[in-house]
Amino acid sequence: MLTIFNLHAKVEDKPILNGVSLKVKAGEVHAIMGPNGSGKSTLAGVLAGRDIYEVTEGDVLYNGKNLLEMEPEERAREGVFLAFQYPVEIPGVSNTYFLKAALNAIRKHRGEPELDAMEFLELVREKMKLLRMDEELLKRPVNEGFSGGEKKRNEIFQMAVLEPKLAILDETDSGLDIDALKIVADGVNSLRDPNRAMLVITHYQRLLNFIVPDKVHVLAGGRIVKSGGKELALKLEKEGYGWIENGHQ
Amino acid sequence: MIDLNEGKAAFLNDFERQEAFLSRFGSKGLHDLRRSALSRFEELGFPSPSEEEWRFTPLGPLTKIPFQLSPNGISQRESEVAERLQPMGIAPPDAVLLLNGRCARPLNSAGLPENACVQPLLLALSEKQEFVERHLGRYASFETHPFTALNTAFIGDGAFVYIPKNTTVTKPIFLVYWSQSSGEPTVTHPRTLIVAEESSQATIVEVFLGRPNDVYLTNAVAEVVCGPNASIDYYKIQDESKEAFHVHTLQVQQSRDSTFSSHAFAFGSVLARNEINSVLDDEGCSCTLNGLYFASGHQLIDNHTRIEHARPHCSSHELYKGILDGHGHGVFNGRIHVHPNAQKTDAKQTNMTLLLSDDAVIHSQPQLEIFADDVKCTHGATIGQLDADALFYLRTRGIGKEEARSLLTYAFANDIIQRVRVDLVRRQLEALFLHRHQPTGGRTT
Ligand SMILES: Nc1ncnc2c1ncn2[C@@H]1O[C@H](COP(=O)(O)OP(=O)(O)OP(=O)(O)O)[C@@H](O)[C@H]1O
Ligand SMILES: [Mg+2]
Repeated sequence: MLTIFNLHAKVEDKPILNGVSLKVKAGEVHAIMGPNGSGKSTLAGVLAGRDIYEVTEGDVLYNGKNLLEMEPEERAREGVFLAFQYPVEIPGVSNTYFLKAALNAIRKHRGEPELDAMEFLELVREKMKLLRMDEELLKRPVNEGFSGGEKKRNEIFQMAVLEPKLAILDETDSGLDIDALKIVADGVNSLRDPNRAMLVITHYQRLLNFIVPDKVHVLAGGRIVKSGGKELALKLEKEGYGWIENGHQ
Repeated sequence: MIDLNEGKAAFLNDFERQEAFLSRFGSKGLHDLRRSALSRFEELGFPSPSEEEWRFTPLGPLTKIPFQLSPNGISQRESEVAERLQPMGIAPPDAVLLLNGRCARPLNSAGLPENACVQPLLLALSEKQEFVERHLGRYASFETHPFTALNTAFIGDGAFVYIPKNTTVTKPIFLVYWSQSSGEPTVTHPRTLIVAEESSQATIVEVFLGRPNDVYLTNAVAEVVCGPNASIDYYKIQDESKEAFHVHTLQVQQSRDSTFSSHAFAFGSVLARNEINSVLDDEGCSCTLNGLYFASGHQLIDNHTRIEHARPHCSSHELYKGILDGHGHGVFNGRIHVHPNAQKTDAKQTNMTLLLSDDAVIHSQPQLEIFADDVKCTHGATIGQLDADALFYLRTRGIGKEEARSLLTYAFANDIIQRVRVDLVRRQLEALFLHRHQPTGGRTT
């Protein structure tokens, strides 16, 4: 589904990704761990199409298409979804209006009929139950005044509504208490699907007890320095990143 | 030296031609007022950019175009006007409708409380001359203002609204001014007088429209008299032709414990100058001024507001938002004048501007003149662009770039729109913002 080859990217002339290569197949869940500032969010941002990052080398193929040539909205319509590490507040735009516009843009792209207000509400109610979200949050402006946990839940809620093929979750677990973590993880797990791949960025092995990954990668100094199975996360948790050779360059 | 007053002669000629007709309406006293206003206009001439009040609003083209009154109004198929009003839920029979400055027909007054009165000014000047003249021209001073002087010289048709003591008018009162030029540039000087007596309440919506792309000048003055404890909710929707000129002064006189709110929306005209002067003339007054304007292409929209805190224990809240695209120019000048005895004044002023293109320009000038010591006065101004993070966030959810931009623009404007309490008007404004005022970025249309 996703093939990243030798990806280099910089921001404001500062190189951040220095040759990332990664293959993710449909149905797989890959965890990406790594020290602060190692480039995890940058990788996520490049995949989603953030224009502050300049790709200087390398390729990204998504379902056979050149992902890097697509506008952010095209990527989204083709099934790429980024759950933000820091979800953005948008005062003045209600969650409902926003999500309906998003869903219908994606449905239109897929050649499906747009949902009317009633159909949309029905769908949204069902997904809210999944994440045990208060319906009142729908009427509020996007993320405005949401607690940290509510924002993260809102990201996964959006993912549940938009049903992407490739979901990139950037520290969706950070700052969640154990109850909220379970709800979010249950939500994510219910979206695991043989046709869907996930990239889960996290600092904490704890999340991976709930969302069990097929593979774990360590990103350090802008490249993947170690890959392994789920046991790698346990080792990192115990021993930190120091033992990995060439960890920091 | 450039002569800024080439267009002056056209107005003077107009007056000569119209004088006999105008003098039939109102007393000799009123006509003397017209004449002295005209000579004041002659003395003042059009303001030049060297005058502080007009520094950022060059009038150049306005003063050179020979605008002319269309003496008999126009016979307009109402369907064109009706079409424009329909989305706001206004049917022409329910409004005082002026076509090129002449009342096309009086309003259907069914539904108005007894004794309340909404009628064309010419009619009111015939039927209630004494009462009307007790207020007309008493508040909007023309001493230093050539456009108000000109309007006063031409006091004729317009609208008159009277809400008697203890009366509540629940239905919004619509006053609609439509202009068109059919080739020759036309001018109108509509005059509105609103008198709300003690403890009365009303909602008034003034709408300025014109045939798209016609060249004309609207030079309007409205006087609002709020009696003790009266409450007036005033709306102005200015969606004139993109080639038109629009000059408007709203003069508000507030008595004890009165509440006045203005919601001013401006989208149209190539040049607009909107002035609001509110005098809080007794204790316990509250004055709210909300404004939202959108200038694109080469439009210039200038908002000048003056709040006179003349007495203690009054409050004023002002929030103006501007959206500027293309080569759009915005001017905001907000003066709050707290007189020496106006203790316990609570005044808040905010001006926010959203710049959608690199060529758009805003001149924002708050002017706080505070001569009392026990007061709470704040002002703030922000100028910003669309939030790049928010834009990216929306796009990562599949929302296209243009739609995301207009959604964020709408979001900026939304709190002003949500303060509109006339449902259909609010919905129409929402639709306008979501669909018509799509930002063009650097491109101009
Ligand atoms: N917009 C930017 N401008 C300048 N530097 C940036 C920008 N965005 C990221 N960086 C820098 O790039 C490096 C990688 O940042 P990134 O956010 O990708 O790290 P991360 O691995 O996600 O870290 P964390 O675990 O703290 O979230 C950091 O040194 C960061 O300061
Ligand atoms: Mg990060």
